[in-house]
Amino acid sequence: MNDSLLEVRDVTRSFGGIRAVDALSFDAERGKITGLIGPNGAGKTTVFNLITAVYRPTSGSIRFEGVDLTRKRPDEIVRCGVARTFQNIRLFKRMSCLENVMTPLLARVACGPLRALFCGPSVRNEKRAVQEKAYSIMEALDIADVADRNAFTLPYGQQRKLEVARALACAPKLLLLDEPAAGMNDAETEELAGTIEKVRRNFDVTIILIEHHISLVMSICTYIVVMDRGALLASGTPREVREDERVVEAYLGRRRTGGKRS
Amino acid sequence: MDYILNIVLLACINMIAVAGLAIFTGFTGLFSLGHAAFVGIGAYTSGVLTYHWNLPFIWAISAGMAAAGASSLIIGIPTLRAKLRSDYFAIAILGFGEALRVSLENLPWTNGARGLSLDELSGPVWVIGALVICLFLTHNLLISRFGSLFAAVREDPVAAEMAGINLFRTRLLSLVVSAALCGVSGALLAHRLAFIQPVMFTLTQSTQLLASVIAGGMGSISGPMIVAFIFSLLPEALRGLNMWRLPAYGLLLVLIMTYRPQGIMGYQELTDIFRKARKRFK
Repeated sequence: MNDSLLEVRDVTRSFGGIRAVDALSFDAERGKITGLIGPNGAGKTTVFNLITAVYRPTSGSIRFEGVDLTRKRPDEIVRCGVARTFQNIRLFKRMSCLENVMTPLLARVACGPLRALFCGPSVRNEKRAVQEKAYSIMEALDIADVADRNAFTLPYGQQRKLEVARALACAPKLLLLDEPAAGMNDAETEELAGTIEKVRRNFDVTIILIEHHISLVMSICTYIVVMDRGALLASGTPREVREDERVVEAYLGRRRTGGKRS
Repeated sequence: MDYILNIVLLACINMIAVAGLAIFTGFTGLFSLGHAAFVGIGAYTSGVLTYHWNLPFIWAISAGMAAAGASSLIIGIPTLRAKLRSDYFAIAILGFGEALRVSLENLPWTNGARGLSLDELSGPVWVIGALVICLFLTHNLLISRFGSLFAAVREDPVAAEMAGINLFRTRLLSLVVSAALCGVSGALLAHRLAFIQPVMFTLTQSTQLLASVIAGGMGSISGPMIVAFIFSLLPEALRGLNMWRLPAYGLLLVLIMTYRPQGIMGYQELTDIFRKARKRFK
């Protein structure tokens, strides 16, 4: 793999005596969708938290376009071009959906506090431009019709979409999606697969996807990383991973009884 | 007439401090049990300047504002950088407030616990002028991008950081602005009452400021303004109840929080209500 946007190398994170992530290495190839799968508690979300500096790695390096992310603040990492969604949706609940999407855009507007205090009207024009941009992102995800509603009044599926819209408003090069299909039925999951593919094309982003719907992962990912108990279990194309004995074992248990788990 | 005017002016002075705390607690979502300290810093800075050096009032107010804003950095930088959770922050700033009171009692030029007698400089023009300017600036700040950034930080700090917001700087800005407004309020108060002493700026006053913000509604300026005005007049209006005054005040607070836990104007402004009413009318 020669064109990787993100390089995770030997990353370890311990909580007390537990190694949540253990010497993990993998790459995310530019422009592709990489799947990150594994049984519950394998450490997948921790990997996202390490990339976005919610936690710091105990050791190892995470490089994004050659830049080391492990010493940066979360907001600096966003500015480098990494955005994410959360497993247990974290929207700005009492703000309107449009304001949710506007927030990352407003965080980038160059307008200091003094100007904000003393020039009301000119600042308002700037906000209008941001509003239009946010609205167009929501249109691209087919949720423009709920722009004025409060975020917490949305049905679950649309809340997930809104989170993706907010992440896209960060203008990311790398988008981390943490279980976007959680709680969705098969029809919704299928629609989501289309949405993710559309996002990748229209917004020109590289995606890393954590997901338990294996069919979704197999259908849209070009490369899959399998984790088990913090460590890399296997990686490769969907076909390679599906045929890997260790993967089958981690998900379903050993084929023959009586064997000790290594 | 003078009596009523005096009470209204004190209410206006109180409203400036409440507006400051509304930015910090109502919009940015951090609780503070020490904002009376910033009122005190504004009061003492301006008071010392007019008392010892006879400085023009406008300079004394500006100095009070600047001193309160600057002193908020002392408590704000270490605590906000450590990303203390809201409740821990409230305790840290409580300690700051109490430490300030003790300092004021022991500094040579504050006249200690006996207090400082000042000239009565805050006339109606000063007070109402300052209130209008302060509310105008607050309004500007909150409709600017910072209003949205504050609200995002309040709603979910982790998600706000992942939206590219610098948590520390945003919270610190909110604290400095709110402390500066409290400083203005303090400078006006000192030269309205013409007398200040350290016990005027303790936990009791901080709690009253916080009560106005919460009863008025988080994420709102007009709500806390209405409540701050009413709460300032109430003790006088209820004078007939004699010793039942304070229980009545407490009862009102309990009733508001029971029947409207989000506060009188929770997460909206008077203008929003007018706009909705007009829409329905059409």
